[in-house]
Amino acid sequence: MNIIIVGGGKKIHFLTKSFISKGYNVTIVNDDYEYCKKLDKMHDANIVYGDGTKPYILEDAGIAYCHMIIALTPKDPDNLVICQIAERMYFVKKTFSIVNDPENIEIFKKLGIDTVISTSDIISALIEQRVTIDDINNLVPIEEGKISIMEVEVNSENPVTGQFLSEIKLPEDSIVGCIIRGSSAVIPRGNTKILEDDKLIILSLPEIQSEVLKVIRGKVD
Amino acid sequence: MDINKNNDEYIIIVGCGRLGSHLANLLSKARKSVVVIDKDEKAFNRLSDDFSGFTIEADAIEIETLKKAKIDKADVIAATTNDDNTNIMIAQIAKTIYGVPKVIARLFEPSREKVYEELEVETICPTTLSAIEFKSIILKEEGK
Repeated sequence: MNIIIVGGGKKIHFLTKSFISKGYNVTIVNDDYEYCKKLDKMHDANIVYGDGTKPYILEDAGIAYCHMIIALTPKDPDNLVICQIAERMYFVKKTFSIVNDPENIEIFKKLGIDTVISTSDIISALIEQRVTIDDINNLVPIEEGKISIMEVEVNSENPVTGQFLSEIKLPEDSIVGCIIRGSSAVIPRGNTKILEDDKLIILSLPEIQSEVLKVIRGKVD
Repeated sequence: MDINKNNDEYIIIVGCGRLGSHLANLLSKARKSVVVIDKDEKAFNRLSDDFSGFTIEADAIEIETLKKAKIDKADVIAATTNDDNTNIMIAQIAKTIYGVPKVIARLFEPSREKVYEELEVETICPTTLSAIEFKSIILKEEGK
């Protein structure tokens, strides 16, 4: 697979390393000459020096044979234009764009960019979800935070301990998907009893997460 | 556009540089309602003393700014900042999301033009215009 990455920064090093280790062909486009030289020394990737929002620079980067383009520049309009040129002029199948202003996520999607990622949004969502509760682990937001998975360990103080799953009144839009009991995983049914030290894997919409926790733990904090 | 051929036409100009300010002055003189957006307050000094429109000091890339300028009510949007990609993004937001009837963007780089033709965004490329003008003068002189 041929991948073009436009931009720079820390993210580009990590992405390039990970793509190259998977055997993909990576081409990086950047408009800072010194930085290009540095990239060339660091990575086993093709480096193109130039403004990635210009069609002929992207042509130099081999956009005609490219399967995926990732726009990582710090300017949102540049990222939009890179993805649109790739899609409209060169029919690149997959376009990814970073947005710096989370408000632009919806706008980019309406303007036809496949996948729009806002780092500040993801980080703030993660921090919000982690809150201050320490017996909840592995919160994973999926689909940019539209749904989340959390792991809650129950102890003897929690009201749900010893109850059957069917007795627990979980709010709508949430479900216990799995119970980790010791070293084995149990796929729960209504007649599954929750025991002390069970870890519940709960799928829910992010906005009702605190409600779910209230039911499981019997308190809010 | 025919319905709006009166003076009620509401025009938003993004970017108050040499082009934006000049255009704003001309339109204001033609008694149109004009709002000019620029992120630098000093840019508004370029507007003439009898400019009768409004100014908004903000970054037009932030959607809030465009909402504040009542983009949903605009008849025309002219994107004249010195950054092509900013102009393109504003033009597309205006056209695709808010359905502004007439959208014009200035583009310095002619190679991107064809991507935006299909979006019904009118583009004006000073480089191309100057080249045509130069050519016509040169050829006219040669013909003499």
